[in-house]
Amino acid sequence: MSTMTMTTVVAARPAMSRHEKWARRGPLLPALVFTLVLTQIPFAVTLFLSVQRWLLLDGSVPSFAGFQNYLGVFQDEVFWKSTGNTVVMTGGTTIACILLGLVLAFLLNQQFPGRGIARTLAITPFFVMPVAVTLFWKSAMFDPSFGLLGFFSRSLGLPGVNWLSEYPMAALVMLLTWRFVPFAMLILLAGLQSAPQDQLEAAQMDGAGPFRRFLSVILPHLRPFIELAALLLAMNLIQTFGEIAMLTAGGPAYGTTNITFYIYLKAFNAFDFGMASALGVVALILTIALILPMLRLLSGIFKTEGR
Amino acid sequence: MMTTSTLDTRATVTRRTAAAAPRRARGRGLRVLWGVLGWAGSLTLFFPVAYMVLKSLQTEKVAASATPQFLFEPTLEHYAAAFGQGIWPYAINSFLVTAVSTLLVVALALPAAWALSVRAIANPQDSLFFFISTKMMPIAAGIIPVYIVATNLGWLNTVHVLVIMHLGMNLPLGIWMLRSFMQEIPREIIEAAQVDGAKTWRIGWSVVLPLMRPGIASTALLCAVFSWNEYFYAANLTSSTSTLPLYLQKFLSFGELYTAQVAAVATIVSIPVVIAGWFAQKSLVRGLLFGAVK
Repeated sequence: MSTMTMTTVVAARPAMSRHEKWARRGPLLPALVFTLVLTQIPFAVTLFLSVQRWLLLDGSVPSFAGFQNYLGVFQDEVFWKSTGNTVVMTGGTTIACILLGLVLAFLLNQQFPGRGIARTLAITPFFVMPVAVTLFWKSAMFDPSFGLLGFFSRSLGLPGVNWLSEYPMAALVMLLTWRFVPFAMLILLAGLQSAPQDQLEAAQMDGAGPFRRFLSVILPHLRPFIELAALLLAMNLIQTFGEIAMLTAGGPAYGTTNITFYIYLKAFNAFDFGMASALGVVALILTIALILPMLRLLSGIFKTEGR
Repeated sequence: MMTTSTLDTRATVTRRTAAAAPRRARGRGLRVLWGVLGWAGSLTLFFPVAYMVLKSLQTEKVAASATPQFLFEPTLEHYAAAFGQGIWPYAINSFLVTAVSTLLVVALALPAAWALSVRAIANPQDSLFFFISTKMMPIAAGIIPVYIVATNLGWLNTVHVLVIMHLGMNLPLGIWMLRSFMQEIPREIIEAAQVDGAKTWRIGWSVVLPLMRPGIASTALLCAVFSWNEYFYAANLTSSTSTLPLYLQKFLSFGELYTAQVAAVATIVSIPVVIAGWFAQKSLVRGLLFGAVK
């Protein structure tokens, strides 16, 4: 594949001179060098620190510790718990966002009065400041005595639920879903708008009902859009920090601590920089394992782009 | 609104096929149903935001009642209080960090996008994937070295460190978005300029740049939204000299007694980004798709 493109390039014009190559790379270099320095050097340092014993609290200097920190990570129950929490939080919210986003995109793709305004209002949760709305949800929505959710359950005659202590994970997923559904909806709506009208008409003439048309024309067309939305959502959600810090502080009993938040606790609450670095390296490996298959999908989509 | 052409074709199709009167009536009924459901979905998502604005206009006593109050005498006391409680230094820092980091993103991403599309380097895909792969890295995995370096440079608790981190955070997004907009510029325009003997920088400056204006605007708006809302770096690298999310963090310890006050501050800090987002929504979709799906 690469040799093929090479030959076409060579056939199209004589091979680029050294000067030409660097002239073309030039404009890219500032961004590339900056990103390399800002992302790769800290990672190398994290890798180095992860094999050091370095507790800031006892005033010690870093000393070589071998794989002690990694051993500590894998023997740490909270680490496994936070990994599980990360999967539940990321997976649950991504799936909920895609499903609700699909329904909403379908509805907002229909023709009805005020559709433009309805779309604009629907995307608002994605823009409001996360820390701000999380604080607001905490007291005005989730609070058992004067939160709105408590009021709803009371008016239905149900016992009041203390969301943040009884179902903290569900509360977080609910809040995150509310924030990210608009994002999924925007991408899926773009997919619906570019659905192949001629195929839909042909299917209709062949007597395919709406359900059949959805399954065999719209859904295959939407697939790359769903994949892209899921990838971008998962990439964002796996890093969730502010919502946890504001809503539950990771509790109760680490019940809502994800890996990002656990690294933060280890580094800036326990000041165990060695252990926190090892956690960071493990988190990176887990993230890559989780995201890489999805990234492949994206690169597949990307290659079919054509140009 | 966005796809009038598609809708027109669909409308004619419906008119053509649904000639029989009962079917047309059913179509109208269905349209009403979709309209009602569409508005219901939209308002459900918007409701918490509206409720927040509503609460911000109540006194704390009204806001703390067990039954939600929709009829009350509105008060602006919490807005007045917010501006009296030292929000300004944080707001100014937020403006500074957002403006400077976004400006730098565009300044670095535009030439990079050029080198990845118009006059492309040998394997642009590799660089593109390198940039996006940095977004996969858990932000927490790199924070300790950044913290140490910032401490040693005396940059902890300053706005520079936030500008740098926000630039790193938004640069991959900026490059991907600007490149996808640049890809859509018809090659013929650039080739015509070349035939006319225009130098490379001249093509960039007077041909490509003017055409890129809407793309630059929506990229900048999205980066600005992310920078404005960013909390992780602000929480870990700064304390007293910081941005608005950290100003809000103060209210965490006050608990539920200050619901209306929190609502007022939350409304104030969200207004700029919500307006930016509303304006950017059309081109935002195009940018979000990264030109990856057509």
